[in-house]
Amino acid sequence: MIGKWLDIGPTTQIEPGSARTLPVFGGEEIAVFHTVRGEFYALVNKCPHKAGPLSQGIIHGDSVTCPLHNWRISLRTGEALGEDKGCTPTIPLKIDGGRIFLLREAVVA
Amino acid sequence: MNAQTRIDINVAERHPRQKLVVVGNGMAGCRAVEEILARDAGRYSVTILGAEPRVNYNRIMLSPVLAGEKTFEDIVINDTAWYADNGIALVTGDPVVAIDRAGKRVTTRSGHLQPYDKLILATGSDPFIIPVPGNDLAGVVTFRDLDDVDRMLKAAERGGDAVVIGGGLLGLEAAHGLALRGMTVTVVHLMPTLMERQLDEAAGWLLRQELERRGHTILTGANTRAILGSDGHVAAVELEDGRRIPADIVVMAAGIRPSIALARNAGITCERGIVVDDNMVTSDPSVLAVGECVQHRGLCYGLVAPLWDMCRALAGYLTDSPAPYQGSVTSTKLKVSGIDLFSAGDFASGEGCEDIVMRDAARGVYKRLVLKDDRIIGTVLYGDTADGNWYFELLRKGEDVAALRAGLIFGQAFANGSALADPNAAVAALSDDAEICGCNGVSKGQVVGCINSGAHSLDAVRAGCKASASCGSCTPLVESLLALTLGGAVESGPKTLCKCTSFTHDDVRRLIMERQLKHLPQVMQELHWSTPDGCSTCRPALNYYLLCAWPGEYVDDQASRFVNERLHANIQKDGTYSVVPRMWGGITNPRELRAIADVVEKYNAPMVKVTGGQRIDIFGIRKEDLPAVWADLNAAGMVSGHAYGKALRTVKTCVGSDWCRFGTQDSTGLGVKIEKMTWGSWMPHKFKIAVSGCPRNCAEATIKDFGVVCVDSGYELHIGGNGGIKVRVTDLLCKVATEKEALDMCAAFIQLYREDAHYLERTAPWVARRGLDWVKAQLLDDPDAVTRLARRFRYSQSFSQNDPWAARVAGERRDLHAHLAEVRPMQLEDAQ
Repeated sequence: MIGKWLDIGPTTQIEPGSARTLPVFGGEEIAVFHTVRGEFYALVNKCPHKAGPLSQGIIHGDSVTCPLHNWRISLRTGEALGEDKGCTPTIPLKIDGGRIFLLREAVVA
Repeated sequence: MNAQTRIDINVAERHPRQKLVVVGNGMAGCRAVEEILARDAGRYSVTILGAEPRVNYNRIMLSPVLAGEKTFEDIVINDTAWYADNGIALVTGDPVVAIDRAGKRVTTRSGHLQPYDKLILATGSDPFIIPVPGNDLAGVVTFRDLDDVDRMLKAAERGGDAVVIGGGLLGLEAAHGLALRGMTVTVVHLMPTLMERQLDEAAGWLLRQELERRGHTILTGANTRAILGSDGHVAAVELEDGRRIPADIVVMAAGIRPSIALARNAGITCERGIVVDDNMVTSDPSVLAVGECVQHRGLCYGLVAPLWDMCRALAGYLTDSPAPYQGSVTSTKLKVSGIDLFSAGDFASGEGCEDIVMRDAARGVYKRLVLKDDRIIGTVLYGDTADGNWYFELLRKGEDVAALRAGLIFGQAFANGSALADPNAAVAALSDDAEICGCNGVSKGQVVGCINSGAHSLDAVRAGCKASASCGSCTPLVESLLALTLGGAVESGPKTLCKCTSFTHDDVRRLIMERQLKHLPQVMQELHWSTPDGCSTCRPALNYYLLCAWPGEYVDDQASRFVNERLHANIQKDGTYSVVPRMWGGITNPRELRAIADVVEKYNAPMVKVTGGQRIDIFGIRKEDLPAVWADLNAAGMVSGHAYGKALRTVKTCVGSDWCRFGTQDSTGLGVKIEKMTWGSWMPHKFKIAVSGCPRNCAEATIKDFGVVCVDSGYELHIGGNGGIKVRVTDLLCKVATEKEALDMCAAFIQLYREDAHYLERTAPWVARRGLDWVKAQLLDDPDAVTRLARRFRYSQSFSQNDPWAARVAGERRDLHAHLAEVRPMQLEDAQ
């Protein structure tokens, strides 16, 4: 029996203001973000600009600044903010009982 | 429709009253009954089954009971007379243990069977007990019902230490109550911000300051590892980092869980809560649920307001006047006397959201409104919550606030007064003696007088009459006055640090020192930051300024560091990293070279490159492999080369008098000494040094931030060179006779740069901006200046000369390097 949601572990393993990565065999690596004020988001770990690893950017509010060329990406929608145009796929995420769950079908799409 | 309804009522009247059984005598259960009675009093015969041995009381008022501000009698909602008057059978102290849905009856613990036609589950929620050893010791209590309060009061009689696990609403109220009862209170909170579900970082910081001022110890980012006991009773709380906090009582306030066991065991659909539709009906049409135990449209609520809305919907449905529940927008107030705090809606700024932020540092006020499409979608207020309800109304009704916008943040009184098409018109209408700046008591007449006497910019007005120079909340008013008085002739001020602030780099650096600001959120609050937690421009800048201002005291914020400085390596376009070990003065040896060669082979580094700064750069290392690479390099005696940092990069040297037939001094020796002195120092930008052994200048010292050119009679010291985008040849600072003087001047110059330059300003533009004469005056006019600056530099260095690689090798911040997990398809199952 495969659940709809994929448990990827406790929320405590991601420090606020940082992100961690989840490589997917045969798929796109996922970045899971924990914002300064405690929200969690998951995105494909690729900037829509030049595929920079968003997980390594500085997180502020609910956006992340890509470490390669400073594009600002919304963690909620994956859209590039400001003048830039582009979008990174987001992965539905929920927190339950102190654990992080990703929507399985979005992870292994 | 009306006919249909009438028929139903007639049917109900003809039959005996339906049996309505309510499981739960709490706020939701009783309110549901009240709502039903108000609509159709004679329709049901009602039985309420409660687990607690008492009548219905207002659970959210337990905090004031604990604090001694109210008694239990004060918070009773329905006394025994109410049950009797309304013909309600109340069973207390006998919890329901099973539901027989087929037989339509419930069983209580005592074995009592209660048949029903309609069943309402109002089981509420259970405190979350964190799963650590010792959580069942005597003296570990939750904060859920009156019995818990009694236990806490009993513990408090003996005084001593209380530890509250959880810095949310409930935890802080418990802490407040216990402190008032005379206990020494420590709050242990997992998250970095108190009440992070309701507050943003800025408001959380203000709250923390106030609680600390009241004597609470607040530990954030603190994970409880175990609760330690002695003789079966709690004695201390042990944190993940090994700290032990003595405790005579431990209050678990780490959150609540919908209480769903009863429903789940009966086969009713549950997820996080008992799943209900808009009429509060569960998967069983005869069973309804209401309150904290339910999950409606994916959401569970832990506050009281949604409960009222739910009860209305439920009662409407059960009396054939459906009014479906649409979900609730919630607001929160902290019930701690003397602390005004209000939060509502969604305040994590998202796509298309705009923030309006007002901070009044003098009064400790922080107000933030989040707007989207000209509607308020969230608000956080700290210190001044007078307009909380007004904002909440605007939010709930989704009213268009475009017309109010200019004055919205100043509150209802102000906004309604100035709701004119032109915000300047409202200011123009003010009388001359109207107060503009409350902090400094400046009237409109004084501001206008100041402008007319030549202050044509905001900064000039601030300097001239002090208006808007303190909290900044009147800045829009002063700007309006500038526009009104001068027409279009307003001068724009100097460039600000970033869009989050109206202060310049210089202002920020000066104010950090003047006001002794030592924390990032504190700077943002005191300097009226317009965003809740800054941006990718100001966070690294502030982090550097604080690090420079308070060496050994300020704790570096890794979340404010650019990736290279966080991972101590240089990110490359493919997301891998390059690694540059330090080679003092550019000198290496077989052991180091072997270790580098081994690393290159072991990790399949696709490229090795000699850099311009006389180092060796290993490319293509994955972030997961970095600690292992560093371990190998450390083992050969090499440390971080800081090729990734706004820091001292390299000291480049020529071979000097040891080998070169033209060499005048030991340039390699001096280069190594300088590098040993300066490595590890954080700077406004990268900083490169070179030492050439003679004026032929093979080390290219005259395009470095600090360059030494050796001559027969001593050392020429050059500053402000750059070989980058815009080549700039150094300026000669001075000539000194001894190595020691050269080292001291180097330290002093670096410290001057560290303390004065703007973040991300190289020495070349900095010297150009300040002028060579200014730099010389700072260093050379006062004979003690060099000593003082050099001493400050060396003091700061005493905290920064630790190899960051070695720390990572030892396991620090492993989370930055390791993946969370790996996802692989379930191949084994496929094969079977």
